[in-house]
Amino acid sequence: MPDIYDALAAPARRAILDALAERAEQTLFELVNRLSSDPATALTRQAVSQHLQVLEDAGLVERRRQGRYVLHTLTPEPLRDISRRWLPDSQEQS
Amino acid sequence: MISIHLASVFVTDQERAKDFYTRVLGFELRNDLDLGPGGRWLTVGNPGQVSDAGIPAVELLLEPAGHPAVAPFREALVADGIPATSFAVEDVEAEHARLTALGVTFVQPPTVMGPATTAVLDDSCGNLVQLAQMNA
Repeated sequence: MPDIYDALAAPARRAILDALAERAEQTLFELVNRLSSDPATALTRQAVSQHLQVLEDAGLVERRRQGRYVLHTLTPEPLRDISRRWLPDSQEQS
Repeated sequence: MISIHLASVFVTDQERAKDFYTRVLGFELRNDLDLGPGGRWLTVGNPGQVSDAGIPAVELLLEPAGHPAVAPFREALVADGIPATSFAVEDVEAEHARLTALGVTFVQPPTVMGPATTAVLDDSCGNLVQLAQMNA
């Protein structure tokens, strides 16, 4: 299972997290289109799908089937572990 | 010259599709011909559009989804949120509000996507449909 640091290491995956932060419950189609709005972050559907799997394995993205659609939502809670590791007071501040 | 006259989407229920594409989306019924057990030749068109200078008005065929390849093909597209077709609108926010009030489900609300603002709705006949407004 990839850890959160591996998941965050790729610029493409950070761009995917940025796009998911804009709205919860996105289909793959919506996510790909958001990324394609900026040529710097444009990726193929297949690439986005593979990156999403890494992010899901790291606990940063939740994939949920609702009826016939598969929806993706940013779940940034694991990022708190990073801040707690080096910023012990961060929990109280949040 | 070759002209686009017909595009098609597969629909699970032609009677339901006829109602959705005319009453809800606002297209005009063009043809509804009984073809026997294979279903109906059911087409809709843009309101008021007629053939012009030999170029035929565009029609959308609402085609029966009975072929065994259709179901797995459509399920895979819908799961990933991919629309079966896309329609042009002048004001996607206004259409989103109007259609939502009529009970239409949107899987993507109006969102700026590069040169267009798009939204994606469920046609209740097995397809996702994109509405696109081109931004000047």
